[in-house]
Amino acid sequence: MRYLPLSDNDRASMLERVGVKSVDEIFSDIPEKARIEGLLDLPRRSGEMAVERDLSRLSAKNVSASSVPFFVGAGAYKHHVPATVDHLIQRSEFLTSYTPYQPEITQGTLQYLFEFQTQVAELTGMDVANASMYDGSTGTAEAVLMAHRVTRRKKAVLSGGLHPQYRAVVEGLSDMANDEVVSLPADPNGTEDILARIDKETSCVVVQSPSFYGQLIDLKPIAEKAHENGALLIAVFTEVVSLGLIEPPGAQGADIVVGEGQSIGNPLTFGGPYVGLFATKQKYIRQMPGRLCGETVDAEGKRGFVLTLSTREQHIRRDKATSNICTNSGLCCLAFTIHMTLLGGKGLSQLARINHTNAVKLKKALSAVPGVEVINKAFFNEFTVKLPKPAAEVTEALVARGVLGGVPVSRLEPGKKDLENLLVVASTEVNTDEDRAEFAKALKEVLA
Amino acid sequence: MSMNTQGRPTSAGDAGEAAHKTFTGNKGLAMEEPLIFEIGHQNITGVDLDEPEDFEAELGGHARQERIDLPALTEPEAMRHYVRLSTKNYAIDSGLYPLGSCTMKHNPRLNEKAARMPGFADIHPLQPLSTVSGAVDLMDELSHWLMTMTGMSAVALSPKAGAHGELCGMMAIKAAHRANGRDPKVVLVPESAHGTNPATAALLGYKVVAVKARDDGTVDTDEVKAKIAENEGNVAGIMLTNPNTCGIFERDIIEIAEAIHAADAYFYCDGANFNAIVGKAKPGDLGVDAMHINLHKTFSTPHGGGGPGSGPVVLSDRLAPYAPLPFLRKGKDGVELVETTEGVAEGEMPFGRMTAFHGQMGMFVRALAYMKSHGSDGLKQASEDAVLNANYVRVGLEDLMSLPFGSRWCMHEVLFDDSFLKDTGVSTLDFAKAMIDEGYHPMTMYFPLVVHGAMLIEPTESESRASLDLFVATLRDLVMSAKKGETERFSGAPYLAPRRRLDETQAARKPVLKWERPSATEVQPAAAQ
Ligand SMILES: Cc1ncc(COP(=O)(O)O)c(C=O)c1O
Repeated sequence: MRYLPLSDNDRASMLERVGVKSVDEIFSDIPEKARIEGLLDLPRRSGEMAVERDLSRLSAKNVSASSVPFFVGAGAYKHHVPATVDHLIQRSEFLTSYTPYQPEITQGTLQYLFEFQTQVAELTGMDVANASMYDGSTGTAEAVLMAHRVTRRKKAVLSGGLHPQYRAVVEGLSDMANDEVVSLPADPNGTEDILARIDKETSCVVVQSPSFYGQLIDLKPIAEKAHENGALLIAVFTEVVSLGLIEPPGAQGADIVVGEGQSIGNPLTFGGPYVGLFATKQKYIRQMPGRLCGETVDAEGKRGFVLTLSTREQHIRRDKATSNICTNSGLCCLAFTIHMTLLGGKGLSQLARINHTNAVKLKKALSAVPGVEVINKAFFNEFTVKLPKPAAEVTEALVARGVLGGVPVSRLEPGKKDLENLLVVASTEVNTDEDRAEFAKALKEVLA
Repeated sequence: MSMNTQGRPTSAGDAGEAAHKTFTGNKGLAMEEPLIFEIGHQNITGVDLDEPEDFEAELGGHARQERIDLPALTEPEAMRHYVRLSTKNYAIDSGLYPLGSCTMKHNPRLNEKAARMPGFADIHPLQPLSTVSGAVDLMDELSHWLMTMTGMSAVALSPKAGAHGELCGMMAIKAAHRANGRDPKVVLVPESAHGTNPATAALLGYKVVAVKARDDGTVDTDEVKAKIAENEGNVAGIMLTNPNTCGIFERDIIEIAEAIHAADAYFYCDGANFNAIVGKAKPGDLGVDAMHINLHKTFSTPHGGGGPGSGPVVLSDRLAPYAPLPFLRKGKDGVELVETTEGVAEGEMPFGRMTAFHGQMGMFVRALAYMKSHGSDGLKQASEDAVLNANYVRVGLEDLMSLPFGSRWCMHEVLFDDSFLKDTGVSTLDFAKAMIDEGYHPMTMYFPLVVHGAMLIEPTESESRASLDLFVATLRDLVMSAKKGETERFSGAPYLAPRRRLDETQAARKPVLKWERPSATEVQPAAAQ
């Protein structure tokens, strides 16, 4: 077998050295009735060519984003990633290294994590960022738990603009941990009165901007009301490119900023692996979940980096840890930070302007289709349209016309009549004028 | 300078810096590399974008007021920056990585190629399901392999890593108790458990009750029974690692499972060490109710310097109904992905959702490529080789190093304690750091907590016999050196790595967690820093 260096001769002489007649002797602690006789009922080994052929066949059954006019967002976004990124993250020394527990021989990983943390802190407008969470949704649940520790309260208020699956993750964990959650009803155009829901028992208010529906939300009054009541504002985003153009949550008074970093550097990959960005204020760092990389010096006084403040973490603090997270999104952080380094702050802002421009163009194109109503006034690269019929039927009909035209809200919020006709559409830098025209044309046909 | 047979220098410090100081601080191919903030600029770019001609804002007054203060690098500069950084890392591809409990095996590049196929890498989790049937089929096929290997009835694919899988499994257990109208508060966790086990139980509000190990490193079955009795009616489950973190198969596991089940509790198995027993035993036959599988350990998806991982959880009949959303359901028209409670059929009681979307698809593809490559015969051979390699290392070292539980077979990893270093003035940490100078990544240290100064060595099946021979010879040389009182080789180690020992106390006392622009008075030459 091509991955196994031992030859049968090696095996025989090693078994002799170990002092057993057969390898099964070493496995004799396994209770007899649980031992597998012979082989598992699975196919035998395959050569590289055969495996590749098999998987290509499965791959070919899927419609890839690049092959059609593509307007699907709602938490994951199709962006162009420079070729350099994918090349560099496949460097053996990055790809096949473990968590940098031995800093003397993992300065490569540690330095990019330090750079990553600096970039995330600057983008979000916060003091410090950690070395990543699994993704935006689990990061949001961790942010809520952190707010509970900081405030010693147990009630989270979730905006109706929060991504429904993020909400489900928070609700599920809170339910199991016996914490309280107040979830506001779906809020497509950002008109909910969340201020009225904040009281002295509130631990945190969780608000997404741009919202799941694409609406930009003014966080300042929410931060103010939260702070008056001793609660924290957790600001969530699913489209990190938006930070290139809109006021960072930190500048609007957020206490914890958490979001999905996939858009920068990482492919869609059907939902994962992605990279959760997590930032907060200096005063809360000891309550943060996840790994932190910090600067220090070595025995010769040279600058170097280490994982630090580990007394928050499970491997030291066990059942008193701030989180159970161990493996995080290391390599996706690397992809993020390389892409971000190629862009720079200026490049990101420019990319964001292109995204916004494309979304505005898409809005115009779709608004011109009879029966279509755009419901958001302020948005970034995504918005929601109201259709004259159920959106799920429409997206299927669009598939037949070779267009992937957005996400029906009902896919995530099924059974709600008032949301049934809503479609969330996104337009990033990858879309051309022709793509948009094709989308509008197909939509017109479908609605006719 | 003395050399060994491989031509490596054997005395520390020979190639040290004192021998030859350079202007740049570089040492030949070992380059110093500043931070991007010290070399980048705002007025260059690594991505050519066209400024939109017709930009009009519909941002409703939410526009950013201040520019983003982050520099860029052009493509050649970025390439050099990251390539230079990469050379400061140890990696599986560069040497033996005996990190116990982490299964640092070879990461086949076929897997990388497959994961990048457009039908996997370039599909959106929420595009119409009719356009991703191949992806759903792949998840189904992976599920089939996982269930067959473990002998379990269901699998939740979505957890993002091992610890997330633990959370998923324990949430399923809690949901099952609730469905039975129960609310037990205690979870038993052996002292040898990984930190994620107690941390996970605590996240869900459980009280963690520790279970002691026996003198042979296995969980004390009588202790388990005693703890169950002490907390009668209040035990939710046990979290047990098997093979355990001492590298030993828990031979009383069925008895423990039966005791747990008799107390109406569930058996969570930490499957981090599954690599030892794939094709040799099925967890389902051992009484396991839930077990996460680290695809980034057993099934070779790369660790990537800390992640991403993937931690699918296999579930027994008793827990299968509570599997979280999304899950796969076989129908008459093939496999279906159930994403919301609306789609749930009778008998399905998902406890909720672990994450947005469907899990770590990129890792699913890699793991399946690995499984198909090995097949039933290769998977079994891999486990046998992993176990053989660990035992080969054990017999190569047991006369010089100390086995806390006596000379007995181990599974895929071998645990030593520090008693062989007694009176040498060398600690486990020093010993490990001296391995770095010899070109090895240290073994896992100070874990598990049940033995003093633990050193946990997991060579994996990816090592050749020659590689193991050199590793063993190197450790023997180090032990002899420690016993001879050559403390200098250890106390200051590593001498030859990109950095000497780093001051972790300073890092924690005054945390510097991001780069700050230096004030004008303290501008330093970046390269020399
Ligand atoms: C025994 C054991 N359990 C659980 C974990 C946690 O897995 P992960 O890091 O994937 O969350 C690890 C790995 O670090 C481990 O070694």
